[in-house]
Amino acid sequence: MGSRLGGIFWSLIFLAVPVLGVATFAVAPSYNIWLPKDVSEHGSSIDSLFMFILALTGVVFIATEGLLFWFLWKYDAAKAKGPATYIHGSHTLEVVWTIIPAATLLFLAIYQMNTWADVKMRRPAMAPTVEVVARQFEWRLRYPGRDGMLGTRDDLFLTNDLHLPVDEDILVQLKSMDVLHSFFLPNLRIKQDAVPGMKIPVWFKAKETGQFDIVCAELCGWGHYKMKGRVTIESRADFDRWLEETYARQEATQPAPEDVVAPAAD
Amino acid sequence: MSTATASTLSHGTATTLPPARKPRPLAEFLSTYVFSKDHKVIGLQFLFSTLLWFLIGGLLALAVRWQIAWPWSDVPVLGKLFAQQGGQMAPEFYTMLFTMHATVMIFLVIIPILAGAFGNFLIPLMIGADDMAFPTLNMLSYWFMWPAFFAFGASFFVEGGAASSGWTSYPPLSTNVASAPGSGWGQTLWLIGLTMVGVSSMLGSVNYMTTIILMRAPGMTMFRLPMTIWAMFITAILQAFALPVLTAAGFMQLSDRTIGTGFFSPEGNVVNNAIAGAGGGQPLLWQHLFWFYSHPAVYIMILPAMGMVSDILTTFARKPLFGYRPMVYSIAGIAGLGFIVWGHHMFMSGMNPALGVTFMVSTMMIALPSAVKTFNWLGTVWGGRIQFTTSMLFALSFVSMFIIGGLSGIFMAATPVDIFIHDTYFIVAHFHYVLFAGTAMGVWAAIYFWFPKMFGRTMNEFWGKVHFFLTFIFLNGTFFTMHILGAVGFPRRLADAYHYETFHHLQPLNAFMTWCAIGMVASQAIFAANFFWSMFFGPIAGRNPWNSNTLEWTAPSPPGHGNFDFQPVVHRGPYEYSVPGADKDHLMQTDPPNALATAAAAAAH
Repeated sequence: MGSRLGGIFWSLIFLAVPVLGVATFAVAPSYNIWLPKDVSEHGSSIDSLFMFILALTGVVFIATEGLLFWFLWKYDAAKAKGPATYIHGSHTLEVVWTIIPAATLLFLAIYQMNTWADVKMRRPAMAPTVEVVARQFEWRLRYPGRDGMLGTRDDLFLTNDLHLPVDEDILVQLKSMDVLHSFFLPNLRIKQDAVPGMKIPVWFKAKETGQFDIVCAELCGWGHYKMKGRVTIESRADFDRWLEETYARQEATQPAPEDVVAPAAD
Repeated sequence: MSTATASTLSHGTATTLPPARKPRPLAEFLSTYVFSKDHKVIGLQFLFSTLLWFLIGGLLALAVRWQIAWPWSDVPVLGKLFAQQGGQMAPEFYTMLFTMHATVMIFLVIIPILAGAFGNFLIPLMIGADDMAFPTLNMLSYWFMWPAFFAFGASFFVEGGAASSGWTSYPPLSTNVASAPGSGWGQTLWLIGLTMVGVSSMLGSVNYMTTIILMRAPGMTMFRLPMTIWAMFITAILQAFALPVLTAAGFMQLSDRTIGTGFFSPEGNVVNNAIAGAGGGQPLLWQHLFWFYSHPAVYIMILPAMGMVSDILTTFARKPLFGYRPMVYSIAGIAGLGFIVWGHHMFMSGMNPALGVTFMVSTMMIALPSAVKTFNWLGTVWGGRIQFTTSMLFALSFVSMFIIGGLSGIFMAATPVDIFIHDTYFIVAHFHYVLFAGTAMGVWAAIYFWFPKMFGRTMNEFWGKVHFFLTFIFLNGTFFTMHILGAVGFPRRLADAYHYETFHHLQPLNAFMTWCAIGMVASQAIFAANFFWSMFFGPIAGRNPWNSNTLEWTAPSPPGHGNFDFQPVVHRGPYEYSVPGADKDHLMQTDPPNALATAAAAAAH
């Protein structure tokens, strides 16, 4: 059934999968279609884990797709002579290709636990730097005022314009007013859903200054796409100056009402 | 071919009316083609319905792709249909589009086409039964799809449009009517439709389990079952155990929406400056309940395709399946582990990160049975005599594409990497490689393979291969590029992401993907033409056009009511191809034991 030419053609189509697949990943970084610049302290361990898994799966990808091509090429009914090999399996092979992937996967599982614990489980013992309250479709920010405590009358309120000092531990207290949102800082390798009714701590340390995106990564309604914020990472001095100026502006335009005490944050 | 002569015998009981009975053409037509209790007719009803919804789901996907490639530009055709949008797409319309694309594809296409269409058509034929154990239940399982079709279909035309809180329907967005424009009747109808699909699946599952356990032909032991049947059997078990949880969760969400119960709404929730409900609930509860079903559902959406592909690979490699028992055990392993990995959808949800670690380990481990299956498929192709039929090409592409979908899953299972790629196009690439490049390609392999049994004619091979070639090229153009898009962190479900500094340069890549998607959908016209032309004008197939081994190929094409014109008795496993010393290159399961063949088979073990 079928000609040898057909067999050659289809084998090559299947060979194109690993060839073009690898080429896509090889070319993408030169078009800047790759992991965005990482400015966080923990990000390098996430990125290197990504690259490690990419290399590991890449080897398996090339090997299995390559074998598939080779078998199609070699065992085309129009080319190979005689009947097919009459074999029902191999106990040895089954054991080998069960044990090796199992060990690899188990290693991978254990290997990554520390990074996960650093980013999500080992919370620094400190008061929150800022409270982020997600709301359709904006990020409401609340800095502790001069007293250094959230939930007091001198708190500083802002939307979408997050400023943070560089080279310092940051603890964000993440909340949501209405529906689910997700606090995604691509350049800081941070993502955490904001859940109404929950206060979720998020911590990181930025190692470079600059301005970066805050993206909402959990569907929150029709305006999900425009729930955009910016994070400015700056030196301690710049940060303090910004804090003073912004605070003075708030005082000038909207003095805190005497009889309204903001609900305690904690 | 021992049974070839039998095709000339008269056997159909449904087609010949008893002489005494008064002919009632309308009643006959209704009971034969509409409210039929024959598993083959029900299977074909499922097939036609799901293929129609496949087209609708594909067009919804194109509309989604249009907005991603050229945001806020006038939409062709659709822009005129929904004239109140003024030609361009409103963001709430976009959220509705991707919600309904996923809903249609998952609940009205993939699940019912695998279990409903192929499960129904193949199970009795492949185990040598005359029909399902419960024919009336079987008929109901199809007709319960219609309330779902109406609910989902009508939801497009109610005020506010269809559901638009994603196919995962996370509360409070889905439960709070004030939180989304489409969260009116659209979301309620969505929940009703979902429940009806669930009832249909449950009726099917009960039937499949009973039929496979009780109605196998003499000699058909469990370990002589073809992989298709093993996969359908284990899928039915998965379905039966996981579905009640989703149904319960669906009713809870329905009552949250309609009678203000607040299972999923926390205290003090404020939506659009108004207090939303009484509170006392937890949004994460829905996610746990939803994924407790919907993660096993991922396997419900792939295991039957794996089974069918195994059967097709052996037929066209003319070789026994490599590692039959490991293949069965790995399906069982996937199904078992499938119940304890749902939390990997919730790594970023606010769930306890320590719990995330346990789910990470179980998720890593579920990659193992999938790897074993892949290696065994490669082992099956190795040393074969490969016939490049259209069906074989689709089956081979299933293996090739499943490798990609399986490997990309490891990135997401790694919790630290998931922090970055969660809810980005990397995951969109991953599940389209499993569900489209995997399952849908498997379904096409199965359609080309079993079409002769369904309609007695074979499909055109040349146009079949053109269909395969174009689909294969365009699907990789559309979906492979999503991996690198995800590597940038490009988020899913955004109507327009180019105003972000991080993503502003990605529009040309998205335009390329949209062109590929348009090509992919357009290529299906070739399939549709081939399908309907071959139904009426294709070459007559005969009983066993592929020289395959399993029982359905001993029945006439198409089989009459009651399936077999003789009592099939099974003498061997389903994969005895190229047995040394046999007089032909395949020994059918019903071929009488031949001294020479048995001796050779014994020697090879």
